Amino acid sequence: MKIKFEKKSTKPSKVSIFLSSLISILIALVFLGFIILSLGDDPFEAYWQLVSWAMGTVPGLIQSLVSMMPLLFTSLGVLIAFKMKLWNIGAEGQFQMGAFAATWGALYLFPNIHNPWVMIPLLMILGAAFGAFWGFLPGIMRAYLGVNEILSTLMLNYVAIYWVNYLTYGPWKGPGSYNFPITAKFPQSAILPQYGSGGLNFGIIISIIMAFFVLYLVKYTKFGFHLEIAGDNLRAGEYAGVNVKKLIILAMVIGGAISGIGGMAEMSGVLFRLQPNFSPGYGYTAVIIAWLARLDPIATIVVSFFFGVLLVGSQQLQLFMQIPSSLINAFNGILLFSLLASEVFMRYRIKVVRS
Amino acid sequence: MKKYLFLILLTLIGLYVFAAPLKVAFIYVGPVGDDGWTYAQNLGRLYVQNYFGDKIQTTYIESVPTANAVNVLKQLALNGYNVIYTTSFSYMDQTAEVAKLFPNVIFENCSGYLTGPNMAVYFGRIEEAEYLTGLIAGSMTKTDKIGYVAAFPTPEVIRGINAFALGVQSVNPKATVQVVWVNDWYNPPNEKEAALSLISAGCDVIKSETDSPAPLQAAESKGVYCIGYNTDQSSYAPKTFLTASVFNWGTYYKDDIQAILDGKWKTHNFWGGLDSGVVGLAPMSNLVPPQVQNLVNAMENAIKTHSFNPFSGPIYDQSGKLMIPAGQSLSDQDLLSMNWFVKGVIGSISK
Repeated sequence: MKIKFEKKSTKPSKVSIFLSSLISILIALVFLGFIILSLGDDPFEAYWQLVSWAMGTVPGLIQSLVSMMPLLFTSLGVLIAFKMKLWNIGAEGQFQMGAFAATWGALYLFPNIHNPWVMIPLLMILGAAFGAFWGFLPGIMRAYLGVNEILSTLMLNYVAIYWVNYLTYGPWKGPGSYNFPITAKFPQSAILPQYGSGGLNFGIIISIIMAFFVLYLVKYTKFGFHLEIAGDNLRAGEYAGVNVKKLIILAMVIGGAISGIGGMAEMSGVLFRLQPNFSPGYGYTAVIIAWLARLDPIATIVVSFFFGVLLVGSQQLQLFMQIPSSLINAFNGILLFSLLASEVFMRYRIKVVRS
Repeated sequence: MKKYLFLILLTLIGLYVFAAPLKVAFIYVGPVGDDGWTYAQNLGRLYVQNYFGDKIQTTYIESVPTANAVNVLKQLALNGYNVIYTTSFSYMDQTAEVAKLFPNVIFENCSGYLTGPNMAVYFGRIEEAEYLTGLIAGSMTKTDKIGYVAAFPTPEVIRGINAFALGVQSVNPKATVQVVWVNDWYNPPNEKEAALSLISAGCDVIKSETDSPAPLQAAESKGVYCIGYNTDQSSYAPKTFLTASVFNWGTYYKDDIQAILDGKWKTHNFWGGLDSGVVGLAPMSNLVPPQVQNLVNAMENAIKTHSFNPFSGPIYDQSGKLMIPAGQSLSDQDLLSMNWFVKGVIGSISK
């Protein structure tokens, strides 16, 4: 007996795509429930804790939005490359490089700029440039040398993380940090406008504007059109006159720039200082978010918010039920797994053949 | 009639307020299962929960990244927690920032220095216990090389290393203390590597200061003596464990929470030594010869009764410069900002 996968001739409908995403979330939630049950806790109370604070209260909602921001930037960053089936796993590194560049600018490059209207755009450009550079490297290696971008982007993440570690443990260690690896605080001019004391900041608005910009880019420009063609079939794209090499580099550079701006916004909007492990792996969660949103920039806003809620809710789980927050990592893993499985079921017909 | 209703209502509210348990939260820098710093803190939490019973309700959140501390603190304050202990220096700034937003909540930071009307700090003079462990290490070494696995070069850690080295030298002037920085509080693989590298460099006593028992396990596997930190970790190295300098946080939390329940809490900067019971020595193993045990007990008594201070001169720094002249000792202010090693310590403080 053999199991055979046959490719379906028709593409999956929008409704079935939406349903499969929903079912994937449900499967992951059920798995999560069983894990919680095995820990001796009530899964329904856990579901309630996961959302009641993060979505049902004003401070919780604000926290969820603050957590959404870095996720949204990095998801948009990977989404562009994913459109042409280019597997950019490097959002984490691009995000870190953006944060590094913003810190460099705020603390060392422009100490004499006291006007936020000059400082903030400069930092944003700097963050975008370094994020873009971190996308450009794997892009050019893929385009001209055929280096697998999954490996190169993944490896470059570590380079960026260790670069940040080196700076914060070494030359950038701030005064008054008592030898802790943390830089000095950003000057007031390098801080994005804050609304209230809950952490609500202008970076969140930038991230949403960015989603609409990406929508415009992929839907209404020639670049987006080319991405679509190359994503369907690379060779067909070449025949149709798309410069695939240029397109690969461009997709990586633009994606990197968006993730880099995300790093800048996290520094200038939320944390105000660079330190090791400042990201709990936003750039990796971004891969799951982009998939769950089926590479739709507007859906990405909704899904990023959902994951922001999960991050805040997992703290609540820990505080009130003493459930380890690493459970959310397990949830993310199961979710990606069921998403990929649903993809197979939608695109392939599975036949059992008797031999 | 209305008046009475109002009075009854007020009494009911009063009853509810007084009957509601005090909600106490602890923020931990590592996992409770680290069997080190956070484990010791959690023992303190369990101790007060048990001691006060229904009068308090405690919770904790473990492995909180510094970047997330503000969020967690706000979440706790908004969820009705009355007292929040942040148990690492790395949360001090964030605690002070959130304390300003919630004047009715009591915040306390362990090992920090910033205080406010509703924010206190507390710590133990672990260096007093470290001096005692130094006496043991200095007596037990044969190669005259002792290895010290340390986390970050913060003043707290530097004080501990210096006191340890002073203890070592008072019984064995030739011995040196070699320091390796792990640059993490809790990182078992790196802690283990640090211990192994010290052992291969000829050290025959390993002193750990980081949060996990990994350095002790490494020492045990190589048949080398070891001395722990935070809690009695003898079960991790039953054959070579000598003792450990330990924190007994429960004694502090008990007094502090009692003061809060009695309405007598005031902001403070608590820094208790061996005399307060917040720091101490784990039981010494049979490997430590009786005459050394007697010496340690005598010195412990001398420190408790303030007739001896480990940081009394003459004390020289690594370059041989006289830092504390004879007849003088360091002030608390000097101790809190200590950023130099005493003579006999091999290692550097990156500045």
